[in-house]
Amino acid sequence: MASKRKIATCSLAGCFGCHMSLLDIDERILELLELVEFDRSPINDIKVIRGMVDIGLIEGGVCNAESVHVLQHFREHCRVLVSVGECAVTGGIPSMRNHHSLKACLEESYIRGIGVENAHVPDDPELPLLLDKVYPLHEVVRVDYHVPGCPPSADALWYVLSALIAGRDPRLPTALLRFD
Amino acid sequence: MLRDDSPPDMERVRQILETHERDPGELLQILIQVQHAYHFIPAEAAELVADHVRVTRAHVRGLVGFYSFLSDTYLGEYVVYVSDNITDRMQGSEGLATYLCNRLGAKLGVTRADGLASVHFTSCTGMCDQGPAALVNGLPLTRLTRLRMDDVAKLIQARTPVAEWPAEFFRVEDNFRRSDVMFRRPTEPGAALRAAMRRGGDETLKEIQYEEAVDPSSGHAWRRGADETLKELYRSDLRGRGGAGFKAAIKWETCRDISAPERYVVCNADEGEPGTFKDRVLLRSYTDMVFEGMTLCGYVVGAARGILYIRQEYWYLKAHLEQVLARRRDDGLLGRNVLGTGFAFDIDIHWGAGAYICGMESALIESIEGRRGKPRKRWPLPVVAGLNRRPTVVNNVETFAAASMIALKGGAWFAGHGTTHSAGTKLFCVSGDCERPGIYEYPFGVSVREVLRDCGGLNAQAVQISGPSGVTISQLEFDRNLAFEDLSTVGTFMVFGPTRDMFDVVRNFTHFFRHESCGLCTPCRVGTSLLANLVDKVAAGKGSPMDVEEVRKISQLLKTTAHCGLGQTAPNHLIDSLLKFRGDWDKRMMVTDFAPAFDLDAALQEARQLTDRDDAAAHL
Repeated sequence: MASKRKIATCSLAGCFGCHMSLLDIDERILELLELVEFDRSPINDIKVIRGMVDIGLIEGGVCNAESVHVLQHFREHCRVLVSVGECAVTGGIPSMRNHHSLKACLEESYIRGIGVENAHVPDDPELPLLLDKVYPLHEVVRVDYHVPGCPPSADALWYVLSALIAGRDPRLPTALLRFD
Repeated sequence: MLRDDSPPDMERVRQILETHERDPGELLQILIQVQHAYHFIPAEAAELVADHVRVTRAHVRGLVGFYSFLSDTYLGEYVVYVSDNITDRMQGSEGLATYLCNRLGAKLGVTRADGLASVHFTSCTGMCDQGPAALVNGLPLTRLTRLRMDDVAKLIQARTPVAEWPAEFFRVEDNFRRSDVMFRRPTEPGAALRAAMRRGGDETLKEIQYEEAVDPSSGHAWRRGADETLKELYRSDLRGRGGAGFKAAIKWETCRDISAPERYVVCNADEGEPGTFKDRVLLRSYTDMVFEGMTLCGYVVGAARGILYIRQEYWYLKAHLEQVLARRRDDGLLGRNVLGTGFAFDIDIHWGAGAYICGMESALIESIEGRRGKPRKRWPLPVVAGLNRRPTVVNNVETFAAASMIALKGGAWFAGHGTTHSAGTKLFCVSGDCERPGIYEYPFGVSVREVLRDCGGLNAQAVQISGPSGVTISQLEFDRNLAFEDLSTVGTFMVFGPTRDMFDVVRNFTHFFRHESCGLCTPCRVGTSLLANLVDKVAAGKGSPMDVEEVRKISQLLKTTAHCGLGQTAPNHLIDSLLKFRGDWDKRMMVTDFAPAFDLDAALQEARQLTDRDDAAAHL
């Protein structure tokens, strides 16, 4: 038997909804585990990619310094990098803050927010700094494929994954791109 | 002076409203007058206007947001729009705009704090042969230089009314460099109309019973005249001069044959294609030929109302156009009883407010009806259901002028010029790097090289035919012909000399389309923005072959999926440039794989300031 493909996944400025949708492939997950081995992923709690993986799936947009580092780490260690879901592809809901300055956003939350005590913008060096805007992945690194949807359906994710594993063109057929 | 803290006096709005019907179709015309009076549309005025024409305030705000020359913020006592066409840029418009800003102590696009003035860029103002150009309070400034900008700044600082500025500043030349058979000299007003009516027999011009005459079964001489004129138009094989080249006779006949209580004749003088200025010259110096062509069309199709839709960049022609219309009414060439035949036809002028898309015929009709200029669905065509959903002939200024000449001299005469599929002559608007920019009339079929020779631009490396939406041709193609068979064109002919960087041209055009996309369809609204961003990225030295591939992909998407011609043609110049002037792209390609268009570390700057952090983790 051929060696298993390696997969890594992560969520940046996302809600883990895309990961939930991946788990929604139901019993096909057993088939998936026959074909692939999970490297770094919130599913197994491995924190760093060890060596190269074949497929990287990222949900969520790029919102802070940490997400830039993680994304670059994925790009360096994934042969194929896939933008999964609305936030990764376009910035999504988190990017609604792009209509306001970062200052306005932080002040709204940490200075003028209801019930805020000891009002100040959090400045602990442990915290990653926020970028001025939320960016889609492909504006920060080269991305090979985009899977749209909020979240992409389990069927769409299964289609893309099984195509990539088998070396087929992973572009979604129209039926899986439509929402009505 | 108008200030934000004192609500403006609405008296002038009320005066303006008194002169307009309570008709939504008047909305744009009212807003233009309010804008001219107040130099913005105050919220209170928008409310009064909305109530007057019985539309929602949101509708009014929608218009203010859509049209470039309407503004919801105060633009100052002096509003300067610097023309941003590539030809103006090549003549130094960018530097001049900055220079004027500095002289006035104003930031580009922002009204000076004391409300004195604001300076903006605007799309091509149609003065490409005498640029760099600008508009000040709606009037064109031509041949601008730093010295002239010094004077302009002084006049503005001294608050001298624009009416008292030296006339020389506003001098607009025709620069008619070559005339062929059509535009030797203006024809006698009324001659073409009389010739058309006489085609039915001499009795046509006697007083007639209009109702009887228009009945197709009456066999009346007057009616015969119209039919014979249409036949002449068929013989002439005249094709629309707006660029698409649809046969005028088919359009006119279709309009005539559709049963409807009313029909309209619309003259498209929006002339928004950057680098195009022939309509400006025709409307200034061949005005009667244009209006006569429209009247003829009314006669042939049975319309009583004509509308000249003209871009506001040509506001300086207003008095002249109104005077010609008044004279034609006095001479019995317009009005309730044209040439004493009982035929009623009159022409109104509708002004645009800065929107390239309004040159697209169904968007233009939407604009006349007082809405945002968004193209309608392709079917039904305006000729079937146009203005007020009635059959409407929309033709270009030059088409109407040609129609009047055909009525006068006959279709065979016209068809004797030009090529097999492109009859007649065509006006070319030559601008850019050549010795003699201006208007050139040639029979169709003339080669690019011949035009270049005549205008003194033979050393050019490229010519942009038919504007940014047209074709970029290189030296290798200078023997191609200007005709519908080969290079079809609205007449725009922008010349680029040997030292020009063709990437700058692309960048200017890409920004133009981003600005002018009407926003109706996603491929165009988003696509033109993505293309402009990618081109800016390459300009910033962060482009890679991958970005070029992306440009190609988006271009293809736009061509195949945009709702109207604007989006479908918006990437033409990119595709041509990548094919023919790749060198000017490649020398900017500094990245082999991929780089972000923005500086990641700079994107953290705001957060660093807000948290007062500068540790290693606060940088990328």
